Amino acid sequence: MSTVTVSKKRSTWDGGVSPLNVSYGKMMMWFFLLSDAFTFSGLLVTYGLLRYTHPAYEGDHSKFTFSTEYWPIPEKVYAAVPFFEGVHLPLVFVGIMTFILILSSVTMVLAVEAGHRMDQKDVEKWMLWTILGGIAFLSCQAWEWSHFIHGEPPGTLMPDGTMFMGANLIQNQYGPPAFADLFFFITGFHGFHVFSGVLLNIIIFYQVATGVMQRRGHYEMVEKVGLYWHFVDLVWVFVFTFFYLI
Amino acid sequence: MAHSDNLTPEEAHKATVKRIWTVTGILASVTALEFALAFLMTPGMARNMIFVIMTFIKAFYIVAEFMHLRHEVKALIWSIILPCAFLVWLVIALLTEGSFIFLK
Repeated sequence: MSTVTVSKKRSTWDGGVSPLNVSYGKMMMWFFLLSDAFTFSGLLVTYGLLRYTHPAYEGDHSKFTFSTEYWPIPEKVYAAVPFFEGVHLPLVFVGIMTFILILSSVTMVLAVEAGHRMDQKDVEKWMLWTILGGIAFLSCQAWEWSHFIHGEPPGTLMPDGTMFMGANLIQNQYGPPAFADLFFFITGFHGFHVFSGVLLNIIIFYQVATGVMQRRGHYEMVEKVGLYWHFVDLVWVFVFTFFYLI
Repeated sequence: MAHSDNLTPEEAHKATVKRIWTVTGILASVTALEFALAFLMTPGMARNMIFVIMTFIKAFYIVAEFMHLRHEVKALIWSIILPCAFLVWLVIALLTEGSFIFLK
């Protein structure tokens, strides 16, 4: 029998320990979100590129009218609020949507925090609020899309000499065709992420409610869907600035 | 949570929840300020830069506090943050290219 002596110093990366100090699932969620961040950056940078290829509106801000000749001023496009049809309320509705999403992110952290305390009832409560927030956001977006697609009378003169009201992928009353295309792609891709997030939250809520996490001894799945949910909120922060404010 | 060893569970819980609501307050006020500036300031480069800076402030709080990245080990923090540096190049390159093209 020989005594084992330590032959050389082992580094953190030589195995046996977890260098990043997170579980496999959480680390993979982080790297998935990183790749998703690149996808969204691609879409938003494309918005910037296409916006720079079109001339900007040069005239007086208050005399702005829609035209396919130049890029529209966003706050002139998004100025409608449900139940206040015809009233000019720029950015109010999208501001409400932003607050809904931030609040649903807050209820998600509170669910994660309750999970650390193994408090099943609290996790259920906060996850349910998060799901409701997600559904509220999606409903707002459905209304916004519907309003954007149907448009406001009288519409705008198209290059072919006809009047067009509303928006589709080929032409729209707000500006160059690319403007509506980017609206549909960027807010649509984000909305799809919110939709998948709501589905994931519902699945995890069901598992929490049936006591799966309590039996498992930890609520790490809540943290993982939480990461995804915060990411969706993070993307909206950027969409809000680059699509609606600037 | 892990970063509150010398507190009782009850105190740690209170401290964490307080921190969450503080961050909520910051996010809500920055958003409200952005909304106000959209009407108070004349559109232009200065306003856009303020919006971009405020967006990054909000992004920092969401990633650092809500996504808890601030409390992870350094190796994980850098492996998430560093790849995003490539985006800086992408933004500068494509916006410059964009101003060279006129689709008409």
